[in-house]
Amino acid sequence: MLHTLLKSMGIGGTFSGGIEPEMSKITADSSIATSMMAPLYIVPIKQHIGEVCEPLVSVGDTVLRGQKIGKSQGYVSVPIHAPTSGKVIKIEEHAIPHPSGMGLPSIFIEPDGKDTEDKSLQPFSDYRNTDPAELRERVRFCGIAGLGGAVFPTFIKLLKDQRNPIKTVILNGIECEPYLTNDHRLMIEKAKEIVIGIDIIMHMVGASKAIVAIEDNKPDAAEAIREALNELSLPDEIQIEVRLLPTRYPQGSEKQLIEALTGKEVPATKLPMHVGVLCQNVGTTKAIHDAILLGRPLTERIVTVSGTAVPRPGNMKVRIGTPMRFIFGQHGLDDFDGIHLLHGGPMMGEKMKSIDIPVVKSTNGLLAMQSATMKQAHQLEQPCIHCGHCGVACPIKLVPNMLADQCRNDQFEKAEQYNLFDCIECGCCSYVCPSNIPLVHYFRYGKGQLAQISRETSFANESKQRSEAREARIAREKEEKAAKRRVVREKHKPAATNAETDKKTPDTPPSDEAST
Amino acid sequence: MIHLSSPHMHGGDSIRMTMLSVIFALMPAAIVSVYLFGWLAFLLITISMFTCVVTEFVALRLMGRPATPIGDGSAALTGLLLALTLPAYLPWWMIVLASVIAIVLGKQLYGGLGYNLFNPALAARIILLISFPLNMTTWIIPMHVGTPVIDLYDFNACLNLLLFGPEALNAALDAITMASPLGHIKTEWSQGVAVADALRAYDYSYLDAFLGREAGSIGETSALALLLGGIYLLARHTISWHIPITYLATVLVLAAVFNLIDPNHYAPPLFHLLAGGLMLCAFFMATDPVSSPVTPLGQVVFGVGCGVLTWSIRTYGGYPEGAMFAVILMNCTVPLIDHYFRPRVYGRDS
Repeated sequence: MLHTLLKSMGIGGTFSGGIEPEMSKITADSSIATSMMAPLYIVPIKQHIGEVCEPLVSVGDTVLRGQKIGKSQGYVSVPIHAPTSGKVIKIEEHAIPHPSGMGLPSIFIEPDGKDTEDKSLQPFSDYRNTDPAELRERVRFCGIAGLGGAVFPTFIKLLKDQRNPIKTVILNGIECEPYLTNDHRLMIEKAKEIVIGIDIIMHMVGASKAIVAIEDNKPDAAEAIREALNELSLPDEIQIEVRLLPTRYPQGSEKQLIEALTGKEVPATKLPMHVGVLCQNVGTTKAIHDAILLGRPLTERIVTVSGTAVPRPGNMKVRIGTPMRFIFGQHGLDDFDGIHLLHGGPMMGEKMKSIDIPVVKSTNGLLAMQSATMKQAHQLEQPCIHCGHCGVACPIKLVPNMLADQCRNDQFEKAEQYNLFDCIECGCCSYVCPSNIPLVHYFRYGKGQLAQISRETSFANESKQRSEAREARIAREKEEKAAKRRVVREKHKPAATNAETDKKTPDTPPSDEAST
Repeated sequence: MIHLSSPHMHGGDSIRMTMLSVIFALMPAAIVSVYLFGWLAFLLITISMFTCVVTEFVALRLMGRPATPIGDGSAALTGLLLALTLPAYLPWWMIVLASVIAIVLGKQLYGGLGYNLFNPALAARIILLISFPLNMTTWIIPMHVGTPVIDLYDFNACLNLLLFGPEALNAALDAITMASPLGHIKTEWSQGVAVADALRAYDYSYLDAFLGREAGSIGETSALALLLGGIYLLARHTISWHIPITYLATVLVLAAVFNLIDPNHYAPPLFHLLAGGLMLCAFFMATDPVSSPVTPLGQVVFGVGCGVLTWSIRTYGGYPEGAMFAVILMNCTVPLIDHYFRPRVYGRDS
């Protein structure tokens, strides 16, 4: 109520809607540990939004840590790199973190234990005097994708675009998902690297202002960033400001964070850059620092290992490709009977079907939950009583109960008119629903069905166009043949009918026939 | 596990909690009703709640549905709400009939909880009012108001009255009843008496109306008790402010404007606010989630509509009280309101 009041008065620096779940940040004070060397690494050939990579190695090859082992194909794609030195033992399909349990071709690397680094990349120590395009190519080469969980290729956003100049860079240190503390710990332990990372990003996009946004449940992180800013004493023209925001889910969502910080909304079909803003995640910013100043591709990330079933929860630096079983083992969890595994946080994370799935670039958290904890959230659905709590909680201001009804009754076009595709699947509606209706579940179903419908429609249209084109071609060929025959016939005709032929010729010009 | 989709956390709210909190919020009004109408109120509430729950159970069974929704408390709440809108004395079978109507016609025929167009308790009350207009507008003189003719704290007397009617007590119905303030004003006004004179003749006091020391439906008399419950529901976020505040404000503003224009014809705003079923309707009937709009803007429209209709029916209509008609009429508009008064979606113009 207070929140709504503040919001309606235009103060309080927050966004509309949202919820205040139990945060359970039990690992907030655990320093980042480093994972032991796993006996095997499994690197899927796609870990970002976009096109898959093409493997550059074959079975039997030896690789170095940081060596590029998968080449990106297409623009929206980034390469993948070997997490350690060793031998490629097989390349075959393996399950990836996905609720369906689907698989992707993956490169299996057996470590040699030496962890020899590929040092072919030279650092750009004087990044301020380096061409942003060159830095951008480096960020792309190093395989950096948004580590907050969306894994959109980062280089695409780091573009100095004259039409949409970036005025403000926002470092997203919100981390509003319950349990997750990997960004929190990284800000405390690697504050300097992160601040330099922000400076690199500002140079790349030509922005002079940056805001480090942190929720007020992480004052120590804000303090660490402020200290780093003081110590580094950046040039005066670079303004980096730390801003504490009231803790509220889903503030870490890009659009909601922009609303909370600037009061502006990103138009529905546009991107943050259209309102002069660029958002970057904490982990991504650290990875950019490493790529530019250390010449190190993205081969590891921080993962929060937590949940009600983990005996020793903590934060851990983990190489990409490490099997989840190996990570849980280091936190005292070996028996997975009756335990539910989540990839990501409890609000937006996905339930995993297997424990042998590797950590990928999007793995910000690995949660193991007791069945009882999960049951509370997944109770039997009851009828909607139209209380409207879902609409109040929705940060996009949709009317979730109506959308769910439409999806359930297969009124997909109507759901689209009610802006189904604007849903960010944050889960606030399901969280507050007294009837335990899995609203987000219905929205995913509706979106999937609409995508299917549009695929089928475009396929049908293409077929129609193809068959029409074919008919037109056959008709044209027939016409041409007839014309040719006429021409031939007329050559052999007696001269008496010549006057008639002269009239006909303009209709079938011979030059056209030659070209078609 | 029913499904695997996120979110994997839940805030813990449930239909049961919602219904129980509303029942809890009605406790002050229920206690006041027992204080004023003694065992009559107690028996009325008990019969109504019991019949509603049993009817719901039977209806679910007849339809071959699981009887689990009995536990959600919605039928009990309907029974309590219905009882609070009824006059203290009704023959027992009318109470049973009203409860059956509320559950069967008001709720289950539409498909059960969540699918009813009208507020079940109000729908039943209106059907009863139209079917038995005399019984439904006969108000027993409450305790602590003037000199009581029959002792409502006497269990046997109340039970006899309920089962066998006033004859069992050797009392004429006229002797033990009085007019409600709204009814009184309406009658007097139709005979050309100015509102202020009519109120003076009734010995009307704002304090009594606020506390509940007046004739009326058992749960509607005390504005204070209803206000306490309403504030609890607001604080608990079970209901939002949009409907009750706009509803009450609309009645207040309309009454104030017309009272300023012609105080002889139009009752004062505070009188309207404290009279009849307005408080109960504003906080407990109009806010029934199932039969009210979901969006905040829609709720404002709904509240204003209820206010306009309540004041209009009270002022110009044939019945002295308009609150329940107003809510039921506005219930019909809910699907339309929900369609046209959606909030502006983030990042979109309209």
